[in-house]
Amino acid sequence: MRWSLFGGIAALLFSAGTALAAEEVELPERHWSFGGLFGTFERDDVRRGYEVYRNVCAGCHGLTLIRYRELATLGYTDDEIKALAAEQTYTDGPNDQGEMFERPGLPSDAFKAPFPNEQAARVANNGAYPPDLSLLVEARAGGANHVYGVLIGYEEPPADFPLKEGQYYNKYFPGHVIAMPPPLADGAVSYADGTQATLPQMAADVTSFLAWTAEPTLEARKRMGVKTVLFLIVFTGLLYAVKRKIWLGVKH
Amino acid sequence: MVHGAEAVRGQAGGHGHGEGGGSRRDFLILATTAVGAVGAASVLWPFIDQMNPSADVLALSTVEVDVAPIAVGQAITVKWRGKPVFIRHRTEEEIKAARSVALSELRDPEADEARAQRPEWLILVGVCTHLGCIPLGQKPSDPHGDYGGWFCPCHGSHYDTSGRIRRGPAPQNLVVPDYLFASDTVVRIGEVGPAGGAAA
Amino acid sequence: MSAPVFKNPVVRWIDYRMPVFTFLNHELNEYPTPRNLSYWWNFGSLAGIMLVTMIVTGIVLAMHYTPHTDYAFQSVERIMRDVNYGWLIRYLHMNGASMFFIVTFIHMFRGLYYGSYKAPRELLWILGVVILLIMMATAFMGYVLPWGQMSFWGATVITNLFSAIPLVGEDVVSWLWGGFAVDNPTLNRFYSLHYLLPFVLVGVVVLHLVALHRFGSNNPLGIDTKGPQDTLPFHPYYTAKDMFGLGVFLIFYALVVFFAPNLFGEPDNYIPANPLSTPAHIVPEWYFLPFYAILRAVPNKLGGVVLMFASIFVLFILPWLDRSPVRSARFRPIYKIFFWILVVDCVVLGVVGANPPEGNWVAIGRIATIWYFVHFIILVPLLARLERPRPLPASISQPVLAGGGFAPAAARMDKA
Repeated sequence: MRWSLFGGIAALLFSAGTALAAEEVELPERHWSFGGLFGTFERDDVRRGYEVYRNVCAGCHGLTLIRYRELATLGYTDDEIKALAAEQTYTDGPNDQGEMFERPGLPSDAFKAPFPNEQAARVANNGAYPPDLSLLVEARAGGANHVYGVLIGYEEPPADFPLKEGQYYNKYFPGHVIAMPPPLADGAVSYADGTQATLPQMAADVTSFLAWTAEPTLEARKRMGVKTVLFLIVFTGLLYAVKRKIWLGVKH
Repeated sequence: MVHGAEAVRGQAGGHGHGEGGGSRRDFLILATTAVGAVGAASVLWPFIDQMNPSADVLALSTVEVDVAPIAVGQAITVKWRGKPVFIRHRTEEEIKAARSVALSELRDPEADEARAQRPEWLILVGVCTHLGCIPLGQKPSDPHGDYGGWFCPCHGSHYDTSGRIRRGPAPQNLVVPDYLFASDTVVRIGEVGPAGGAAA
Repeated sequence: MSAPVFKNPVVRWIDYRMPVFTFLNHELNEYPTPRNLSYWWNFGSLAGIMLVTMIVTGIVLAMHYTPHTDYAFQSVERIMRDVNYGWLIRYLHMNGASMFFIVTFIHMFRGLYYGSYKAPRELLWILGVVILLIMMATAFMGYVLPWGQMSFWGATVITNLFSAIPLVGEDVVSWLWGGFAVDNPTLNRFYSLHYLLPFVLVGVVVLHLVALHRFGSNNPLGIDTKGPQDTLPFHPYYTAKDMFGLGVFLIFYALVVFFAPNLFGEPDNYIPANPLSTPAHIVPEWYFLPFYAILRAVPNKLGGVVLMFASIFVLFILPWLDRSPVRSARFRPIYKIFFWILVVDCVVLGVVGANPPEGNWVAIGRIATIWYFVHFIILVPLLARLERPRPLPASISQPVLAGGGFAPAAARMDKA
C-alpha cells in the first residue's frame, strides 16, 4: 500500500514535470529492428542508410568516430572498403624531407570530416554548426525516434509562426525551428539494392545507420544480456533454494 | 561469455527422494557452487580479454608500402607494429655477396634465397637481435659494418647484405617479417606470403 | 568463545604468526548476528560489493582512458568500440555508480527507520555519512572524466559554487580549477583524485565495519540481543541470505547494463564538451538531484551552498537530535508516518532537481526543502520527547505473549 502511494506520487510529479517543459514534442513512435530486448541491426537497412549518409549528409556532417574498416560489418568487401577509403585524401607525415604530404585514405582511417574545424563549418553554413553524426542517436532525447522525426518533420509553418531567413519549421524538432534545410526528398538517392528511395524510406534507413554508428556493439550487448539475465535468474533461484534449506526450521 | 550454465538448470532440488535431507542440501550447495563458478569465470574473461590488443591496434597489423620510388642501392625505413622495418633495393653485387656465403660460416645458418621472396628486395625488422637497438646502414653515409650490410653501434654486431649476423654478440639474423607483394610495386608487411617465401 | 583449531597445518602456521584466520573466523564465520534481520539488512553488503566492483572496473578503464581534454572523449569512445569488452566494462562502471547510490540510499533509510544511528552506534552512523560524502565527491569527479557537455558544465556549475565563500571564494575556485575556468588542469587533477578516493573509501568502510562489530548489527525490533538464543552465526545463515540478495540485485543491475545502459544518463553527455556552448538544462546525475534542489531553493548563492551542506550536516548530528530511547519505527507509530513523509519528500526534491527552476517547481522545491529541515530539526527532537511508543517485546527470541505482554523499561534500550 505504501509502495503504491509512493509510486503514485512519483509518477504524478514526473508527468507534471514533463507537461511543464513546454517544448516537448511528441515524437513518431516507430518500431526499430534494434529496439527491444532482442533487437538487432537489419544489415540491409544500415547499408542503405550508409548510402544516404554518403550521398546526402556527408557534405556537411562528419562521422569521425567510424573507421572505414568497420564497413565490413555492413557487408562491404575488403576491396570495396579500400576503394571507399581511397576516395578521401588525408594529411600524413612528416616524410624524410620533413614535409607533410597528402595520401589516399586507408581502411584504418576514420571518416574524414567535411570541414577542418567547427569555425569553418559555421562559415559554410550561415553560422550554424552541422554536428558530427556518429553519436547523434545517443546525444538527443528521443534517440532514433527524434532523428527520424526531424527528417520527416519538415512542413509548412502554421500561420503567423515567426521564422527568420535561414530557418525552417520542423514538426518534431524541439522548439520547431531548425537551421538545417530539409535534407531529403523522394528519389534523392538511388539505392544499390534497388529499393525505392522515398523520403520516409531514406529517413528510416539513415536513422538505422546512425543508430549503428552510435553503438556498433548493440547486438553483442543484447545477446550477452539475454544470456546473463537468464543465467542470473537460474543462479538466483539456486541461491534462494540454498538460503531456504539453510534457514529451514530456524526461528526468526 | 556466459554459456553452458543453462545445462545445469533443473538439476538441483528435483532429486533425492530416498536421500536424507543433509546430503540433498549438500548436493544443492555443490550444484549452486558449480553454477557460481561458471558465472565467475564468465565474468572474469572480459576483464582479462580487455588487455589483449584492441580492434584499432589489430587494424594496424599490416602496412602497405609502395616500393617503386626506391632506387637500386637505396633503402627506406617504415614503421610496422611499432617497430622499424628496413626495405632495401639490393644491387647485383649485394645479392651476389649474400648468395656466395657458405652456410657453415654463419652463426644462424640461413640461405639468402630463404630470406628474400624477390632477390632485389630485402625486407627486415630493423631491430638488433642482441638487445634491441636499431642497426645503422640504411643511409649511404652510415657505417655498414665489415660485411656490407648493417652495423649495430650499441655492442658491435655486424650484419651482411642478407641481414645475417656475421660478427658481434647478436645471436640471430635480423628477423624477416611476414610479407607479400600485393602487386609488383606494393608490398604488404605483416601478411603471410606464398609458401617458400620468408621463413619466420 | 574458544579459539578454533584449524585442520590445515599451513593455515595453523600462518595463523600462529599472524592470526588472520582466527580473525576471519570470528568476524565472518561464527559472528553472532541477530536472528531476526530482514532483507533490509542486505544492502550494506551490496554496497561493499559495489565498491569493489567500481574499483575493479575503474582500474581496467584506467588502462585505456586518456585524461587530457583533447583525447578524453575520444578515449572513452575507443573503449566503447575498439577495446575488447570495453563497452561492457564502461557500462558496468557507469551504471555501477547509480547502483552504488541506490543501495546506499536504501541502506541509509533502513538506518533511519530502525534507529541504527542511535546509541551506541552513533560513530557507525557518522562514518556512514562520511562514506556518503566521499562517494559523492568521487562520483562528481568521475562524471567529469568523459568530458562531455554535462561533464564540463556540471563541473563548471558546482566548482563555481565555492565562489560564494566570503573573502576567499574566487581564490578557492581558481585553486580548484588550476586556471581561469574548468579546463585541462581541472580534468587531470579530478582524474588523480577520482582514482585516489575509492581507496580512502575502503579505509573508511573498514572503520565502519570495525564500529559495527563493536556492538553488532541492529535488528528490526531495535532491541539489544540478550544471548545466543537471539543470534545466529553469520555463516552460513547470513552469507547464504546475502548471496541470495546479491543474486536478485545482480538481475536488476544486469537488466540496466544490458538493456537500458543510458537510463540514468543524460544524452547531452554524448556531445563533446564545448566551453562556448551551454546546454539548455544543466542537470547533475540523479543521485545529486535532491541536493541540487536544496541548493537552488535559496535565492542567495551562499545561502544555497550553506543549506546544501547543512542537509548533510544534519545527518551527522542526528543521533543527538533524536534521543528517543526506542530505536525501531515499528514501535514508534507517529515517527513511522513522518519517516515515510520524509521518503516522499526526498523523492519530491529529486524531481524538483531534475526540472528547471521555473514556475511551480520553485515553490514545490522550497516547501520540500523546508520540510526536510523541519523533519530533522523540529519534528525528530519533538517526537523523541512527546511520542508514546508502542510496548517493546521482551526479547528477540521470546515470542510475543497473547494479550500483548510487554516488559517494563528495563527491557528497553540502555542509554549509552
